Parts: sequence; structure tokens; C-alpha cells
Amino acid sequence: MSERATALAGQGNLPPATAHQFDDAVQQHEASGLGMWVFLLTEILFFGGLFTIYTVYRSLYPEAFGHASSTLDIELGTINTAVLIGSSLTMALAVHTAQVSRNGRLVALFLFATIALGSVFLGIKAIEYAQKFHEHHVPGPFFHYEGADPQQSELFFCLYFLMTGLHAIHMVIGVGILGVLGVMALRGRFGPDYYTPVELTGLYWHFVDIVWIFLFPLLYLVERHT
Amino acid sequence: MTRDDHAGARHDHVVPLPIYFGVFVTLLVLTGVTTAAAFVDLGRLNVFVALTIAVVKASLVLLYFMHLRYTARLTPLMVAIAFFWLAMMIMLTMADVVSRGWFTGALG
Repeated sequence: MSERATALAGQGNLPPATAHQFDDAVQQHEASGLGMWVFLLTEILFFGGLFTIYTVYRSLYPEAFGHASSTLDIELGTINTAVLIGSSLTMALAVHTAQVSRNGRLVALFLFATIALGSVFLGIKAIEYAQKFHEHHVPGPFFHYEGADPQQSELFFCLYFLMTGLHAIHMVIGVGILGVLGVMALRGRFGPDYYTPVELTGLYWHFVDIVWIFLFPLLYLVERHT
Repeated sequence: MTRDDHAGARHDHVVPLPIYFGVFVTLLVLTGVTTAAAFVDLGRLNVFVALTIAVVKASLVLLYFMHLRYTARLTPLMVAIAFFWLAMMIMLTMADVVSRGWFTGALG
């Protein structure tokens, strides 16, 4: 255990000791960050499979995708994009606060603000889903589409629900993790010496934001100008 | 960079707050631009405009919110490799799809 870690352990609540395989807390922190990035890279390819399917079917059925896309609520989609960007800002501010101060309450405030904005996003998403159920645009036995090429449009809605659904699951998991972090922050666990969990959760949250940054134009903005 | 540079100090770059707020505002503006651009008929260019704006937005998030600009070079390299594999997956799949004569429309 390094001198610094020993000193910190003496304070009672900070931070977990450096594991034996690391030279020091700095190296441990860097390894944690790299590990989180490796996880996020697998996530890129995880979502990437869906983006690949999307590319194939949109290139095959551009008209049907254009019309089906125009049935989505562009106002709610745009608002949700702004909400998610706002949640990324509060997340970044939580990391920043933990990096520069011992103000656990402020860190928790930003974390809970991120949860609030994430919940607003999920709430708006639920309204959109409810609309789609109401219109029978959900793929399956009750699917009904009044426009041309219903089968090709059903493919679009399959991808819409798969991609936004997978994205929403990631957000629900993120909100859960942020809740735990918020409680830890209130207990004064984070500060300039130790903020790895806040930082890594931030990486995850921003990644989920990036996925949405691509989902929004690909699902909502296919053919709005006609 | 040697570890001694950081000994006893914080080991991550602390991004100044104005940068965070600047990125936030830029992302909001670009969201407005991409929505507005979708209503302008640019023909086939529409999708390229939308994706270009999305790439710019994603890059801003990666570089500043995710600190990629300030981390050791290994991390950006790994991220680049992941996007390279994603591009391979999409391009090789499309190479197969395009060469099967399935297209009857403009791309055929």
C-alpha cells in the first residue's frame, strides 16, 4: 500500500486500498478507466449490429423508411435529445465537482439532477411508445399500417423499438447506478483523491448519449421534407 | 509521461467549466440545426448532412465530456479501432447486399 493510500485509509472513508497488482493509486485509476473504455468499445459493436441491420434495410426500402419515420413525433424526439444532452452536462459537472472539491452534497445534487433528466427522457419515451401502441404501429399480430408498403414499414418499426428499447434499457441501468453513486456521494465517499466510480459512470452515461445522437437523425429525420 | 509528474497530485486533467458549458450549448444548437435541415429538401444529401452533424456532436461528447482529448494516447487509439471495426462490419455487409441485384430503385 502506498503512503498516500495509507494516509487516505486513515481518514476512515476514503478510498479503497490500492490492490496488490498495482504500483499505486494512479496506476489503479488509469487501469480502471481503460477497463471501462474496453467495455464501451464492446458496446459500440453491440449497438453496431443494429446499426448495420438498419443500414441494410434502409438502403433496400428507402421510401418505406421515410414514410414510417415521419409517423414518429419529431417534437418529442427533439425535446428528448435536448434533455439527454442536458443530463450529460449535469453528469460532467458531477465528475468535475468530485475532481476539485470535497463537496459531496454538490456531487450528489448533480448526480440526482442527471437522474431527473434521465427520467424525463424515459417518461417522454414512454409517451411515444404509448402513442405507437395506440396507433397499432408496434410490430406483431396487431400491427396495422395505413400507408404504403406495410411490411417494409413494419421492419422500420422493429428497428425503432429494438434500438430505442436497447437504448432505454441502458438508461434504466444508468439511472440505477447513479442512484447508488448519489447516496455514496452524500456519505462523502468521493473527492479529489478518489472519484473513479463517478468518472466511469460518467463515461457510460455519455456513451448512451452518443448512441442517441445517432438514433435521433436515423429514426426521426429520415424524410421530413416531403 | 512519467508517473512522477503526477505523484501526489490529481491524475486526470480537470476540464475548465466554460468548456463544458460551451460544448453543451454547441450540442443544443447542432440539435436544432439537424432538425431544421431535415425539413429542407437536399435530395440524397439530407442523410449525409444529418450524419455529419451527428458525427460532430458525438466527437464533441467524446473529446470533452468523456475527456478523450486529455487521456493517454492509448485510449483514443482503442476507440478509433472500435469505430474501424464498426465501419468494416457495415461496409462489408453492404458490399454483399449491393452486389446481389436486390436493388430496383435508384441505387440499382
